[in-house]
Parts: sequence; C-alpha cells; structure tokens
Amino acid sequence: MFAESPLNVRNKRIENLFRILFLMMTILLIIPVVVILATLIAKGGSIISIDFLFTDPTNGMTAGGIFPALLGTVWIVAVALLASVPLGVAAAIYLNEYAGDNWFTRIIQLAIINLAGVPSIVHALFGVGAFVIFFGFGTSILAAGLTLAIMTLPVVIVSTRESLRAVPQAFREACWNMGATRWQTIRRVVLPNAVSGILTGVILEVSRTAGETAPIMFTGAAFFLPFLPQSVFDQTMALSLHLFVVATQVPGVPENLPFGVALVLIAMVLLMNSISIAFRMYLRGKKKW
Amino acid sequence: MVDMSINLAAADMMMASLAQGPVKLGVTDLNISYGGIPALRDVNLTVKEHEIFSIIGPANAGKTSFLKALNRMDTFNTNMKVAGEILFNGLNVRNLKNIYALRSRIGVVFPLPVGLPLTIYENVALSPRLRGINKTSDLDVIVERCLTRAALWDEVKDRLDSLGSLLSGGQQQRLTIARALSQEPDLLMLDEFSIAVDPVTTMRIENVLKELKQDMTIILVTNLVQQARRLADRTAFFLEGECVEVGKTEDLFTGAVKDQRTRDYVEGKFG
Repeated sequence: MFAESPLNVRNKRIENLFRILFLMMTILLIIPVVVILATLIAKGGSIISIDFLFTDPTNGMTAGGIFPALLGTVWIVAVALLASVPLGVAAAIYLNEYAGDNWFTRIIQLAIINLAGVPSIVHALFGVGAFVIFFGFGTSILAAGLTLAIMTLPVVIVSTRESLRAVPQAFREACWNMGATRWQTIRRVVLPNAVSGILTGVILEVSRTAGETAPIMFTGAAFFLPFLPQSVFDQTMALSLHLFVVATQVPGVPENLPFGVALVLIAMVLLMNSISIAFRMYLRGKKKW
Repeated sequence: MVDMSINLAAADMMMASLAQGPVKLGVTDLNISYGGIPALRDVNLTVKEHEIFSIIGPANAGKTSFLKALNRMDTFNTNMKVAGEILFNGLNVRNLKNIYALRSRIGVVFPLPVGLPLTIYENVALSPRLRGINKTSDLDVIVERCLTRAALWDEVKDRLDSLGSLLSGGQQQRLTIARALSQEPDLLMLDEFSIAVDPVTTMRIENVLKELKQDMTIILVTNLVQQARRLADRTAFFLEGECVEVGKTEDLFTGAVKDQRTRDYVEGKFG
C-alpha cells in the first residue's frame, strides 16, 4: 500500500536536491563573515592591547594607538544619534498615529524612500554645502554628525513606524473610546509597547553610522590630528577614515596596524548588534499581549 | 394642515416618552454608509434613561455601525459616512466639538475583549487618570468598586499588578466592562459581549447589567434573542440596514409584533 511509486521516488530526489541547494547557499552566505573575522583576528589580533586603544598614533601614524580616532567615532555617532533619533521618532509618530492617507503624507513617504536611496557620497557633498558652508559649522564633528543623521533618518523612521504598527489597533480604539486624545493614547499605551522595537532600531542604527566613511571625510573627519576634539565644532579623527588612511595613504605602516583598526571597528559594530539582540530578546520575554 | 399633523405626532411621541422617563438618546433619520455602500438606512428611535435597550438582528444588520455612530467612531475610519441627527442628552453628537467629553460619557464593550497591555489595576485606573484623578487612594477606591461591579474583584484582587492581557477571555471581558464602568458613563453600550465568554460568566455579567440599570442607560446589541428577552426593557429589530421594529421586549416575544419579519426572526425561522 505504501510502496514507492516512480513518481514518489522522483519527487523525493527533487526534494533532496533543493534542500541541499538552499543549504549550500546559506553556507555560502556565512563564508565571507567567517573569513573576514578570521583574517582580521589572525593579522590584526597581535596589535590589540589596552595601549593600542588608548594612546595616540605616533611616527606619522605608522606606530602607536588609535585613541583619537576611536573617540572621534564615538563623538560623531553621538551627534548623529542626538539629531536623528528625536527627529525620526517624532516623524514616525506623526506618520503612523496622526496622518491620514492623503497626498501630503504620500509625498512624505516617497521623500523618505528616496532619501534612503541617496548614495552616501551625495550625502557627503550635501553635508559640505549645507552644514559646513551654509550654516557655517566648518568641517567639524557637528557637521559630520548632522550629515550622518540625515543619512540615517529614513532607517530610524522606518524602524520606528514598524514598531508602532506592531501595536494592535484595538488598543488605540479602546483608548479613544474612553475619551483619550491621540497624544494620551500614544503616551500611555502605544509608546510603552513600541519602545523596545524603537530602541532596537536605534542601536542597529548606531552600528551602521559607526562604519560610514564617505559622508564624514569632507565634513568633519581629519586625516591626522595631534590633539583630541574639545567641542562639537572641532574636527576629529574617525576610525573608518583612519582605516582608509593607514591602509592606503601612509607608507611604511606595519601590516598588523590596519587590520587591528578594522578589527576594532568591526568589534564595535558587533558589540552594538549583540546588545541590540540581547535587548530585543529580553523585551520579547516580557511581551504584553 | 400637514404641519399640524406632524406637530401632533411629535406631541404624541413626547407624551409617550414622558410616560416612561426622559429621553436619553434620540436618533432621527440616521444613515450610515461605508465607501458609498449603505449599512444603515433611515433609522428613527429613542432610548430612555435607565432602561436596557437591546438591538437584535442577524449579521450585517448594521447594529455595530449604529453603536459606532453614537460614539463618533466614524472619526477613526475615514471610510465611514454618517448622516442624520443623534441627540445624546439633548445635544447633537454630530455637531459636538468636544468628542473626547462625549466618549468619556459613553462606555463601550466590544465582542472581543481588549485587555490593554497594562496591569489589571492600570486598565481600570486609566480612564480616571485621563480625567485627572491621580491620587492613589482615590484610584484604589475606583478600581475596587469597578472590578467588584464587573464581578471580577474576587478573582483578581491578589494580583492587580499582573498584566490584564494575560487573563482568560471571560475575565478580560469583565475587565473591559470594569474599564468601561471606570469612566462613570451615562450610557453603556455592549456589542455582543458574550461571544467570547462562557455561559456562567455570561449569566454573571447579565446580573451585573440588571443592577447597573439603576445608574445608567444600557444599549445591548446581541445575537442572542433570549438574552434580549432576559434583559431588555425595549428592543429594536434591525435587518439588512433597516430598523424594522422597535417596541417593548415583551411585545416582541408575545407575538404583538407589527412586522412579520420580526416574528420570524424571534421565532428562529431565519438569521
């Protein structure tokens, strides 16, 4: 009764073929990640030390540490976040909670999608025109941070909207039916339940921002600075640009230095990502509906 | 001559209503449509204070749309168009500027319970908080009173800090009722509240409603003809977007109906 017909055999063979095919593709996907990490650790791991992280570069950047670049990246990311998060979250709340479906909101949506598609080098040039020259911030942390903020805004808006959308509409209507205004509803019911998703998006955002090079190299990141930035109006070094410089622009750099810089940059991003994942898992554990 | 007769009819209606208490809700020529497709046509009826007024009828009769119009829920859904006059406490809700005040006077309970993702305590304390009551001692009193009235207090008094959305379906529905009561409403609207509730809980809620009648007007939309019979003072029968008949509940069930369709529905011949 359950004997295999030729058709069964054929289906089973095809089934196995596809399963293996998809498995191969998945493994193929992991290879670059593993190779990159392994290479960085093998070639750059030897230089990593507390001293490397917390001292200045010396001998025309062919020796010493990366502290100014590390600190500069933190500064720029902080400015970018301070600018993009309030703006992006507020815009997302407006679009998701207040705006109706009309031509105005549709134009805004289109603008956001297009903003997300603008190449980073174009953002860089916009940053030079708008922040460095027009607003007169000069090449500074502020100008670089704001340029990055504009670049990351669409992602903040989209991820925040996704989190807001995940809150069931029935909760809002139940609140409105009690006579609550939109803002009361947002504050008491929607935001407390969306905040985990919003924060996760923001943390992921940080990791993206940290690695960007093009938008900051004309707006605030310096080739080499012998001192640390004192305010947001100073220029600064940054990890991503520093990597580019020591890898291609400076002669006589020992091989493990650029690999070490890359390792620190990637470790920073991975650290952020794992915090984000841990955070999401923690909050999903206390999911409220 | 024509004017005269209309006035006489109006006077008649007024006399009739005075005889049974003041009018809470007067609905005149109410029409509701969604995207041009009518859901409710030319409904005229009145609901009196301190009565349980039930609306029965099969699915797609426009019962829920009727409730939504009273609460101005058409503002949630741009697709919904409402025309006609709805007088609530003598004021036309269509022209009200302050719909937040209107909604805070009307408690609504929907078929599926909505336990807000807050603690049990906060579910009930939310509405008082929205009204500006923030003192813990005041809130404690309100929460206990509302949960008790909704026949839920004994089951949850030891875990007021756990999430409302984790309660069972029947408990969540009583929590929803407690939340509606925390608004101290003039009018309580229940839309097929017993759909997700077991029979025992349904009976408990029904007993609660009979007591609540002293303090508020209740509109009860129900699929269960017998539920209307048990609870309602007067009943309206809706069918396919039309209010077929309004009358004393006992009349509808003792055969004193004006319309054959009402008789058929009540006797279970369709729907």
